[in-house]
Amino acid sequence: MTEKVDEDEFITATIGGQLFGLPILRVQDVFAPERITRVPLAAAEIAGVLNLRGRIVTLIDLRRRLGLGAREDDAQTMAIGVESQGESYGLLIDGVGEVLKLPRSGCEPNPLNLDPKLATVSAGVHRLEAQLLVVVDVDRALDIASTAIAA
Amino acid sequence: MDDLLREFLTETHESLDVVDVELVRFEQDPNNAKILHNIFRLVHTIKGTCGFLGLPRLEALAHAAETLMGKFRDGLAVTGEAVTLVLATIDRIKSILETLEHEQREPAGNDDELIADLQRMVDRIGGAAAQTQTVGTLVTQVLERPLRPGEDSLDDLERAFRQTAVERSAAKPAKPVVESADDEGSRIANQSIRVALDSLEQLMTMVSELVLTRNQLLEIVRRHEDSEFKGPLQRLSNVTAELQEGVMKTRMQPIGNAWQKLPRIVRDLGAELGKQIDLDMQGAETELDRQVLDLIKDPLTHMVRNSADHGLERTEERRASGKPERGRIRLSAYHEGGHIIIQIADDGRGLDTSRIKAKAIAQGLVSEADAAKLPESQIHKFIFVPGFSTAAEITSISGRGVGMDVVRTNIDQIGGSIDVKSIAGEGVSFTLKIPLTLAIVAALIVEAGGDRFAIPQLSVVELARVRGGSEHRIERIKDTTVLRLRDKLLPLARLTALLEIEAAGEVKADDGFIVVIQVGSQSFGIVVDAVLHTEEIVVKPMSSKLRHIAMFSGNTILGDGSVIMIVEPNGIARALGSTVTSQMVAADAAAARSAVADGQATSLLLFRAGSTQLKAVPLALVTRLEEIDARKVEISNGRHMVQYRGQLMPLVTLSDEVRIKGEGAQPLLVFSDGSRAMALVVDEIVDIVEERLEIQVASENAGVLGSAIIKGQAAEIIDVGHFLPLAFEDWFRRKEQSARSPARTVLLIDDSPFFRNMLTPVLQAAGYEVTAVGAAAEALALLKDGRAFDVAITDVEMPEMDGFQFAESLRADPRTAALPVIALCSTASPEAVERGRRVGFYDYVAKFDRQGLIAALKEQADVGYAA
Repeated sequence: MTEKVDEDEFITATIGGQLFGLPILRVQDVFAPERITRVPLAAAEIAGVLNLRGRIVTLIDLRRRLGLGAREDDAQTMAIGVESQGESYGLLIDGVGEVLKLPRSGCEPNPLNLDPKLATVSAGVHRLEAQLLVVVDVDRALDIASTAIAA
Repeated sequence: MDDLLREFLTETHESLDVVDVELVRFEQDPNNAKILHNIFRLVHTIKGTCGFLGLPRLEALAHAAETLMGKFRDGLAVTGEAVTLVLATIDRIKSILETLEHEQREPAGNDDELIADLQRMVDRIGGAAAQTQTVGTLVTQVLERPLRPGEDSLDDLERAFRQTAVERSAAKPAKPVVESADDEGSRIANQSIRVALDSLEQLMTMVSELVLTRNQLLEIVRRHEDSEFKGPLQRLSNVTAELQEGVMKTRMQPIGNAWQKLPRIVRDLGAELGKQIDLDMQGAETELDRQVLDLIKDPLTHMVRNSADHGLERTEERRASGKPERGRIRLSAYHEGGHIIIQIADDGRGLDTSRIKAKAIAQGLVSEADAAKLPESQIHKFIFVPGFSTAAEITSISGRGVGMDVVRTNIDQIGGSIDVKSIAGEGVSFTLKIPLTLAIVAALIVEAGGDRFAIPQLSVVELARVRGGSEHRIERIKDTTVLRLRDKLLPLARLTALLEIEAAGEVKADDGFIVVIQVGSQSFGIVVDAVLHTEEIVVKPMSSKLRHIAMFSGNTILGDGSVIMIVEPNGIARALGSTVTSQMVAADAAAARSAVADGQATSLLLFRAGSTQLKAVPLALVTRLEEIDARKVEISNGRHMVQYRGQLMPLVTLSDEVRIKGEGAQPLLVFSDGSRAMALVVDEIVDIVEERLEIQVASENAGVLGSAIIKGQAAEIIDVGHFLPLAFEDWFRRKEQSARSPARTVLLIDDSPFFRNMLTPVLQAAGYEVTAVGAAAEALALLKDGRAFDVAITDVEMPEMDGFQFAESLRADPRTAALPVIALCSTASPEAVERGRRVGFYDYVAKFDRQGLIAALKEQADVGYAA
């Protein structure tokens, strides 16, 4: 076992075929979103709101947030619950994977040519054996210009 | 911060606020020993605590003020000057307290000047009386040095000593009476404790959650017919309701807390402006949620300031116009339904109508031609239009108008409304209607575009069903859709369009439900696909990512667990935009007239037919007012008919004296019921008035219920029930007739003969056997005699024993406990509904809702038979 300090734990998630990792310390829970209520006039990234054990959770569709195109209507989705400034959010993803411990030293800065939309939420990239894992900066992922549609 | 210090600060702040108010009262009523006593006690307590906590500046100030007031207590003349000085001292104390709160120590500096002023005042007014008050010989004692601030002169000490009963310790020489008052105060204090606001808020949140969970459970049990959970859940539900009420109560504060500063403000303004102003406050004990209280504090202060500043004239002016010299501002508050009504009235010069009109025209709110046609009351409403009074010059020139738009926005935000009435030369009165609490609201759940939304019931005035050919119809003026509802035009918008969501399925332009909403003085209709039910919802704030959407005020979790958005009526009103504002102002005219209403009043349509005698009919019974071209009247099968919306509508005359006109416009009152319509021919429609309907002379004539005094004239109240069958013989009979063979018996209780007379035929026609009585006591007597009824229908608001008490009495007696009760009410506030549920009302029906009543009876019968 290596020293814990040098490692970060991630929950992996796939969105549009790409592997992402969310820092496990930020993750409250993983749930299958049900009975989503859409919110008219909201920003496009907001998939709706739902009741998760008595709390109202705002769902953010990471596909849209990352500009990865719309999901097929009947596609399965999962959500990763996070909290920010006392509010509950769910990040909508295609599927959830395993928990990975990765050495911090293995995290590389974003490649220069990374898609700008991806780059805004990426905190770096881990090279795994089979594929690359993009580390999601939760706060930046939640930073949606709330005035987008207001006008 | 030190706990002791914090407590001192809270207490002292409260005490000072009271002192402020009391002093102003005292100034006006200097002989009231009780007030003075109270002030004295408070100041004394402050002084004592300051000494204890080591706050020398405060102690010295409080002491000096106390000394001066001691002189008042000794019977010296109370002068305005002296009171001003004491008030100034209190202000100084407050400012020191503020620093104390932030820095936890007294600010540097001294108050010698103020204390010297106070002492000079003491000397000036005190000199003469000292002699008379003192018993025994008094040797003038000379002190080698000037008195330090806060020190008593030896004379005073000596005198105090002589006047004091022996048992007092030397530390507190002068106030035997005060001490006993303190004891009393602490005894009361022992029965109450201070609770941090946070704890209360937390409690409220928990209760809200509990209410939600309860709703969810109820929803589940509703789906399972014979659940053993039913009983316990009902109890849980009741307990929850009581808990909710209890917690709400802890958050309630008397509105007087928001008024505390007003006497002082008015006094100071009066002094500054050279006006004599009386501030009269009534209903200060009326309670409302502290959150709401905080939000209306500023608007209220603002309005009172306005009244003092702009509303009331100067003394000379008042004298010249023959008014009493002292201007009067009256504040009053009382509860009505789930609201608190606050009125701020002055007897000043009234709003400057011409000035407001000019300004409205200048701002393009209304055209000059339209403005000329508007009644004054409508013009006054312009002061609420956003941005109306931002210009500075209106402050100085117009009678009033400083920031009323701002006030209105504030009031709107908490779901309240504001109205103004002004009579030139006699004064202005503002009426605010404010919800008691913001946390839990009754909401109407509607569906649009496949989604559900909640609309706060507070702003919903009525619901209308629209279908092609029915009495309410959507019409178009160019691209604007409007609804002709009785005598007014309502701007309409589809909820789906407002929210930019695609409609579910095919949109039928002329089909849907219309939720008529009133925001302030604006009314409009929102078209929705379906109206589902009402529910008490707990308002949860929107996520910060969604808060910018003006159309929603929050979201909530419904009983079935799903999240829905709460529609913000104000947001919709703004979205409907200024395009309709001016039309609406005009369309409002009729509504404004009826807005004068007090709860009991009925809208009556006045008309003439056949004679010059006024006739009246409740407006709610009339579907529409029409004028048709008289040449279109046809005679078919010996009866007068007219083609109306693709159908033949029979015309009925009130009596043989009424002639159907040969040409020109023929006014008609259209009554309809489902797909049928008939029209009553009248000569002239006179007016619509709000009046308490009291039939004074009953009539023997068929078709006339009796006579009542309306607007000072006698008017015949028409019995619509008599005329409807003249048009269609089977008007009442056709629907529910075939139903059950043994006629079901109904006990109808209503104190108003009018309603008894109106409902009895309706119920009889629907196949019920009706016994009508005028009081709950009568009904109970009948039941005691062993008369059996299948169902009771009772008015809720009745003198002596009301509907609730009646239902409770029924429940208390095992012989009548099972009798189902349907309640008739003019307004169904959430409290009333809740209370009704508790006393076991089977259903609530609006008073004029004949169909609703029949439906409720039928439903009850079905349930009854099933059980």
